Amino acid sequence: MTPADGLKAFALLFVVAIVQVSLLSSLSVAGGYPQLLLVTLVAVALLRGSVFGAAGGFLGGLLVDTATLQTLGLTSLILTVGGYWIGRYGETTGRDRTHAPYVSVAVVTVLYAFGATLLHFMLGDAVSARSVLLESLLPTILFNLVLTAPVYWLTGKLLRPVEWRDRAQEVRLLG
Amino acid sequence: MVVSFVVLSLALITVSFRESDSGPVHGIQDAGAAALRPFEVVTERVARPFRDAYNWFDGLVDARSENERLRKENAQLRQQYVAARSAVDDVAVLTSLLEYEHGPDFPKDFDAVNADVLTTSSQFKQQITIAAGSKHGVRKDDPVVTAAGLVGKVTRVTPTVSQVTLLSDPTSAVAAEDLTSGASGIIRHGAGGGPALFLDRVTKNEVVLVNDVIVTAGTQQGALPDVYPAGILIGRVTSSGQSDTLPFKTVQVEPFADLTSLDAVAVLVPDGRPR
Repeated sequence: MTPADGLKAFALLFVVAIVQVSLLSSLSVAGGYPQLLLVTLVAVALLRGSVFGAAGGFLGGLLVDTATLQTLGLTSLILTVGGYWIGRYGETTGRDRTHAPYVSVAVVTVLYAFGATLLHFMLGDAVSARSVLLESLLPTILFNLVLTAPVYWLTGKLLRPVEWRDRAQEVRLLG
Repeated sequence: MVVSFVVLSLALITVSFRESDSGPVHGIQDAGAAALRPFEVVTERVARPFRDAYNWFDGLVDARSENERLRKENAQLRQQYVAARSAVDDVAVLTSLLEYEHGPDFPKDFDAVNADVLTTSSQFKQQITIAAGSKHGVRKDDPVVTAAGLVGKVTRVTPTVSQVTLLSDPTSAVAAEDLTSGASGIIRHGAGGGPALFLDRVTKNEVVLVNDVIVTAGTQQGALPDVYPAGILIGRVTSSGQSDTLPFKTVQVEPFADLTSLDAVAVLVPDGRPR
């Protein structure tokens, strides 16, 4: 991982975050909302690991909260945890598995919906849990899964996958 | 490092939630929002033809389930959507706002501050940001409209960007009345998703019929006037009913303004306010 990698990931997440808040947040198809930032973060975390994932999640969330004038740190917190978790998954069991991006996107979409709903409730915001968790969650997962393949491919072109032996040094398997 | 990000996020949430709008963290956020504004404007303008094309197809699919009258309306809307796919639409939107501003329906004693929509609402928050702020005379609680009708009100202001809470947000409440019968109530959003609104608190002895037009009531209690001027169009009644168990009528209202696809809006500011 080089400084150039960091710059490229920063630029990618910056553009995606702007597109997300300007265009995609209100785009609803069959009740689902495309979460391009989340899918891109999963791709970055899988390709570059947990630290990149956490940093990218924090940055992307901060951009979203800043641009939409929402409570600062809320989206950052969820995406930091999500990015870190997916990064760890990529560094360990998800390594080189073709289904890893799809599993990660599906799980993170669910966790994001629950986490965001919970945090909004804790802050006293009026969020419809039925709408977020029942009506729109399934179509949102499907929507994100459709985005996964092209986004992961494009992100892989930008951030070339680390060589297997380089990544293997990050985790020691005992026994 | 990861822990530090989490701790920093929690600290930001705490400070951002607890401090006033004039606090230092909000100041930094305001500056950040202003810095991001050019990027949002560019993105919105580049993608507008694609979004309008999507809206056109979306309207086409919806039209299959509509009745004859709505199909005709959708045909008109489709024509508008098709026309909206080019830069000409910018002129059309702004022209409609201008015509509204100079038309008979525009509230007296108010000026319009027209602004592009920068960020759209999400499934968690029915709030948008617009490219106008305190430098342009916008203040908190100013009503926001389009040529079609009421959109919401300003809930946060920075020098160049403002946050607008839409009518479809669960926290919104607008005193409203039936233009035909005079029945009064409060426009709220329902518990579920979707853009449908409800005219709440309408007593059973009042008459509200399907297709009645709902406008702002502009009520005045004591020295505190309603933030919304009277007579702004809100929507059309799509269903009206009552039951023995509920104390009030159940009146569903379809907003005239398309709250899910806003390109430009007008903020109503009182005459004479310094800008």
